[in-house]
Amino acid sequence: MLETFNFRVIWATMPQFLHGLGATAWISLAALVGAMLVGIVACVMRLSGRRLLIVPAVAFIEIIRSTPLLAQLYFFYFGLPALGLRATETQTGIMALALNSGAYVAEIIRAGVMSIPRGQTEAAVASGLNLLQRLRYVILPQAIGVSIPALLGQMIVLVKDSALLALISVFELTRAGQLMASERFMPAEGFFTTAVLYLLLYFVLKYASGQWQKRLIFRPAGGL
Amino acid sequence: MWGHYLQSLMASLPFFFKGLGVTVQVAGLSLTIGTVCGFALGIARAGRVRAVDLALSAYLDLIRGTPFLVQLFIIFFILPEWGVHLDAFASAVLSLSVYGTAYICEIVYGALQGVGPGQKEAAAASGLTWLQQMRYVVVPQALRPILPPLVGQYVLLIKDTAVVSVIGLTDVTRVGWLTVQRIPNGILVFGLVGLMYFLICYPLVWVSNRLETRLTVEESSL
Repeated sequence: MLETFNFRVIWATMPQFLHGLGATAWISLAALVGAMLVGIVACVMRLSGRRLLIVPAVAFIEIIRSTPLLAQLYFFYFGLPALGLRATETQTGIMALALNSGAYVAEIIRAGVMSIPRGQTEAAVASGLNLLQRLRYVILPQAIGVSIPALLGQMIVLVKDSALLALISVFELTRAGQLMASERFMPAEGFFTTAVLYLLLYFVLKYASGQWQKRLIFRPAGGL
Repeated sequence: MWGHYLQSLMASLPFFFKGLGVTVQVAGLSLTIGTVCGFALGIARAGRVRAVDLALSAYLDLIRGTPFLVQLFIIFFILPEWGVHLDAFASAVLSLSVYGTAYICEIVYGALQGVGPGQKEAAAASGLTWLQQMRYVVVPQALRPILPPLVGQYVLLIKDTAVVSVIGLTDVTRVGWLTVQRIPNGILVFGLVGLMYFLICYPLVWVSNRLETRLTVEESSL
């Protein structure tokens, strides 16, 4: 296998792959920011104790978690024009990724909120903070802090999920490999290079997640 | 316009059920293979043999560090270059099995680690061989904590089968993709596709959530 593997072509097309790597990184990052917003809103709605807010939040989370990302992506890609809305492939893709990951982020943050002792909320109430202030100053900073390893894990998922955007012809890492396969008939060179670059992102994120976890473990008890 | 689209969509409902059948077949086969191999590798990993450990963690990183779509492309487009010819169905089942095995292996291994060391020591002291310790003492105790994440993983894997539609396997996602060329309303078409996945996955999500709460309640009441 290796004797037919053309490293020279990989080297020559490296700029294109790096371009794709950059696109994957910023698309995933943009989607993560969107997912945090969606996730925090959905989580707060879910924990609000008001039926009118809980029902739509739970419905959103369960529908997203029970359907494939690819179907959601196609839903928006083919569906937005039917509603008369115009968006570029990249915008559609980031939106689908953000909504999809948002449902998972909501659950991650909910777990973080649950891990905060009740006394924190009670103390905040006793200090006269209203619900928004409690969230802003007491609950969310702590909940997000303990959730960071899980959120970095979600970032790894996002990097991998963003590969599906290649199917609606967004230029990113997988698309770069696909182009190499279709334009130069070199699927092996194309997809192995793609895979190696994904692994690079994966190891960086995995390392960061591990470091943060260590910080959490060695933090003095009661120091939250 | 929407009414008209809905009517033609209802007329093509049989295709969607056919596609659903393919999805169920692919998912059923690859989940079965993935579970069997995942348990075998998870137990092997708990054996703490250095060579096995190294090989397995390399495999796990490779699978977890790359998108499933890329793995599918590698199996579907590159294996033929090396003389292995698989059709779309076989490629789909193979790639999903390799992919699912990695995640199930991790779940099994994690649960086996959770069984207290005293259990193994007692089993060893009773004169059981390593395989007997696993078979009669460790694995049965690990089964309960394995169950909720395993069912959750099944849901993820069933959803990931949607990706195999891109190599031309006519599963329910591909039926949707073909239909939307004819009935240009993605909301209706992929709403229906989503509904079909929902009907399979939601009961499993529910079971997984329920198993999880039951376990936590029982543990915390100790």
